[in-house]
Amino acid sequence: MSDPIKPYGDTLNDGKVQLSFTLPAEWSEAADEAARQLVAKMGFADVQVAEGRAIAQGYSFFVVYASTMQSVDFDSIAAPSMKTRAMSMDEIDLLISERLGRKIRVAGACIGTDAHTVGIDAILNMKGYQGDPGLERYKMFETFNLGSQVSPEDFVRFAKENRIDALLASQVVTQKGSDVKTFTALVELLEAEGMRDAIVLCAGGPRMTGLLATELGYDAGFGRGTLPSEVAAFIATRMAK
Amino acid sequence: MELQIDRKAIDRCRELAVEIASPVHAFIEQHSTVSVERSVLRLLGVDGVDADGVPVPNLIIDALDEPELARGAALAFGRVLAKTGLEPRVAGEQIANGMLALSDFASVATEAARKAVVTHTRRGLERIRATRAERTALLKRLPQMPPPLLYIIVASGNIYEDRSAAVAAAEAGAQIIAVIRSTGQSLLDFVPYGPTTEGFGGTYATQANFAIMREALDEVSERLGRYMMLTNYASGLCMPEIAVMAALERLDMLLNDSMYGILFRDINMKRTFVDQHFSRRLNAASGIIINTGEDNYLTTADAVEQAPAVLASQFINEEFAHRAGMPDEQIGLGDAYEIDPNLEDGFLFEVAQAQLARQAFPNAPLKYMPPTKHMTGDIFKGHLIDAMFNLTSVMTKQTIHLCGILTEAIHTPFLGDRALSLENARYIMNTARHFGDDIVPKKGGRIERRAQEVLDECTSLLERVSVLGLMQAIEAGVFADVRRSPNGGRGFDGVFKRAPDYWNPFDELLS
Repeated sequence: MSDPIKPYGDTLNDGKVQLSFTLPAEWSEAADEAARQLVAKMGFADVQVAEGRAIAQGYSFFVVYASTMQSVDFDSIAAPSMKTRAMSMDEIDLLISERLGRKIRVAGACIGTDAHTVGIDAILNMKGYQGDPGLERYKMFETFNLGSQVSPEDFVRFAKENRIDALLASQVVTQKGSDVKTFTALVELLEAEGMRDAIVLCAGGPRMTGLLATELGYDAGFGRGTLPSEVAAFIATRMAK
Repeated sequence: MELQIDRKAIDRCRELAVEIASPVHAFIEQHSTVSVERSVLRLLGVDGVDADGVPVPNLIIDALDEPELARGAALAFGRVLAKTGLEPRVAGEQIANGMLALSDFASVATEAARKAVVTHTRRGLERIRATRAERTALLKRLPQMPPPLLYIIVASGNIYEDRSAAVAAAEAGAQIIAVIRSTGQSLLDFVPYGPTTEGFGGTYATQANFAIMREALDEVSERLGRYMMLTNYASGLCMPEIAVMAALERLDMLLNDSMYGILFRDINMKRTFVDQHFSRRLNAASGIIINTGEDNYLTTADAVEQAPAVLASQFINEEFAHRAGMPDEQIGLGDAYEIDPNLEDGFLFEVAQAQLARQAFPNAPLKYMPPTKHMTGDIFKGHLIDAMFNLTSVMTKQTIHLCGILTEAIHTPFLGDRALSLENARYIMNTARHFGDDIVPKKGGRIERRAQEVLDECTSLLERVSVLGLMQAIEAGVFADVRRSPNGGRGFDGVFKRAPDYWNPFDELLS
């Protein structure tokens, strides 16, 4: 059992954090003091308002340094990572051809009203991301990129008609929870069609985490910085089971 | 700063753009769309919605049968005006609520119908010209700060929140405010109505929302002593209608691209070509500066590889805009700072591209978009990349400068994020104001070689497109690796061939 940990400024356990925020108040020395008191109320100690200034009429911006009293027991943290052991394209292709003996059919789309295809394109398109080739480049994946603004209904219909093994649903817009609703609608439709168990279902987007994806009823969730090979390895190992 | 590049290659690109646009233009002249016809009705003064929220212009177009629509909505609607003597808005409302039926007026003489329409057409155009004159006067009395004009986006979903954010951004130094549209509005085949307070990732473009923002910006313009410009999006299925609304509410700029909707929103290409033409004719009349969307090539594919496609698209967009009667001064061609920050000499490539655009389009108010693709949650690095973007912009004299925000890829900007972004831009542009004037790129150096390479590849790309034909080139995936078929995509059912006696009163008066 290791000791609980705290943010590290320049000394172990000093608990130093930086904060910045805007207050809806005209800047004055009193505004600096208001910022200081606010941060103290958050439970921080040694609050220093490093910078406070007007950024518009009736709004002030602050940069604050402070120490937190809180700590966290690292050993008690559980956050599942969906990323399997790093595998190369050749290893993944080999795994699929040996265990399945056929290509895995993968369809991806930006679902709902979302039109931000950068992420799903990086995963699926030949070119890939950061030198890591996309699924289209793999010998053992047959890929279908349905593009943007695909409704869950159309996505499920496509999966059914094209005997899809794995679905990659992508969304970035996070305002007002609309993305969560669309992600959920997709799971529910697959369940209603009796297809859920036969499909590897992945959620993607810059704010996606493994934990959130599991809560939504997905098999995996892939967030910012995900490489195509990480998604490929997950699908391949899941299908090979 | 001046790059020694092959002027003849630039001339060649322009010739090719003419060859590419010609056959498409011939198609445009023989066709119309439901959205063009709806915008004609709006120009005549038709507005409002029925009890179910369906806009009156849509109700009227939907009530016309195919042969009637092929002659243009103005004629059918003009019969009602001629017979009833009603104002267009009232006539529209009575058609919407069922008090009048278009079919009851079939016997009204064509000449009388035309005459009734022409009066209101003149009135519509007078309103647009008066609005334009008002802008000219305001710009004279309240001059803008020198370009690059700092452009800030607001996108809360609620027009009243947007208004507060816009005013705060103006106070922090913004010169242009764009209200990002709700995700998915481009695919709606109607324009929503009234002030709106809910949207996804943006705020609906409605005429009422335009007016609310215009009023707030006029007020802050007076207070700050400099004119604040307002921007929205004439893209998607309602391009020309948005252009009408923008003309009436004195927007100053509109996103308006001849190919963006086709490639990135899967809108039918024929629909897009016809719609963009009429919307640009309106923009030409209203003095609105268009912003084209070449930055999208760079966000969806590799920015180094796509550089020639950006330049090629700029030439094509310029040619289509010229054909709609737009002068260079209203053609804000797009580009973006999207090269991978890890690439050695990436900054030099960015300077080469931006300067090349500046020299190829010397009179165009170029629109320069900030890094988005390589922005991560690391706001500190993001702020640095934005600074390099700001430097490139001021060095190469870009005109319309979208401020990069350090929290790009995290959330729609906070009020404080925008202020930091504006401070970054103002600092860099002030400290390096005349840097571009004082440096001479090394002859045959990396920047010059890169610019020439992009220009050469652009020329061969345009050669290929002119041989294939634009529609076929798009079908073959020449642009952004996206393939679209001429009769596929959204909105194709709203395209129709003009009858021999087709009549659009604005066509005549805008010419």
